[in-house]
Amino acid sequence: MIISIASGKGGTGKTLVATSLALSLKDRERVQLLDCDVEEPNSHIFLKPVFNDSQAACIPVPEVDDEKCTLCGKCAEVCAYNAIAVLPQQVLVYANLCHGCGACSYLCPQKAIAEVERQVGVVERGQSNGIDFVHGKLNVGEAMAPPIIRKVKQHTNKGGIVIIDVPPGTSCPVVEAVKGSDFCLLVTEPTPFGLNDLVLAVEMVKGLKIACGVVLNRAGSGDDIVLDYCRAEGIPVLLTIPLDTDIARMYSRGTALVEGLPRWRKSFNSLFDKITEIVNERNRCPER
Amino acid sequence: MKIAVTAGSPELEAEVDRRFGRCRHFIIIDPETMQFEALESTGPSAASGAGISTAQMIIGKGVGAVLTGNCGPNAYQALSAAGIKVITGVSGKIAAAVKDYQAGEFKAADQPNVDAHSGMNTKTD
Repeated sequence: MIISIASGKGGTGKTLVATSLALSLKDRERVQLLDCDVEEPNSHIFLKPVFNDSQAACIPVPEVDDEKCTLCGKCAEVCAYNAIAVLPQQVLVYANLCHGCGACSYLCPQKAIAEVERQVGVVERGQSNGIDFVHGKLNVGEAMAPPIIRKVKQHTNKGGIVIIDVPPGTSCPVVEAVKGSDFCLLVTEPTPFGLNDLVLAVEMVKGLKIACGVVLNRAGSGDDIVLDYCRAEGIPVLLTIPLDTDIARMYSRGTALVEGLPRWRKSFNSLFDKITEIVNERNRCPER
Repeated sequence: MKIAVTAGSPELEAEVDRRFGRCRHFIIIDPETMQFEALESTGPSAASGAGISTAQMIIGKGVGAVLTGNCGPNAYQALSAAGIKVITGVSGKIAAAVKDYQAGEFKAADQPNVDAHSGMNTKTD
């Protein structure tokens, strides 16, 4: 079962939920956590994994052999990102715009384009108290997260529970992290910004045809705007976490919620049971 | 030799546009005869690399110089590599700018004068 934890608005509590869920379930099933927030991974701060593997994450960029190149312009024509420009006397490659699709190299009539690996980040793997841990780190200055997110997800365990900590927002990196999951948990806060972005996130998840549910974090004031929206859209609110200084203090010290306050384990186990029920129901009646 | 000028609309009476890569219209003009053609660019709808695709289009027109408000790093690199003079900081009516160019009033830029994506956030009248 693959559960992704997304939000829309940043800072609502995705990592809090992802790490607590992983820690709460690790004794009943094999659990893996994939931190796909590759621009700013932070799950490792709470799970403190012992890393045992690190691999460079690369994307292929074109390198033109000037001896073979006839400046025909085909490569520039096919590039959807304008990453390669054919000028009257030379070819310019803009490596940081290249998405590594391979079209230029494939379609060059002279076979003058070689693919050279360009490192954009790193994927690290480790273990944390029996939890399989993988995260990606995009190099500072790089703009494209999806290639590294794909590399992290290549390590997805088959079987057991896989929890994906997703980046904030609703654009390409988020879609790359969420797609293929069985369920998407949307963490929100009861504020107008939180609700605005939750609505966008729900639209994104529905577009991906993935079942979703909401975790209402920092609840206690203004909850109705979120609860009313969820009720109107038929989205289940599966867990509520109150606005609580103790929880915030604990979090700021790098302590996972269920380790600082073990009574929350029960709530996260129930959360998982509810998700399982929804996913099983969906598999029974796929037309919903 | 012909030059290219960024344009707010496809007319000689238009104003020089502040953007290069994301500019919709260009005037390709012979400063000696003032004979011109209006060119429409796909830059505004490019997902990325607008400066690069626009530069390629302009290079294909065989101009010797570009008059523009701003020019970002990717476009600057492509235009310079093709031997085209880039003149930034140009504003006002296109016809007047072309006359100033012909009179030798302008100095070619030796580097881009704005960062990447600057044109995407530029408000135009």
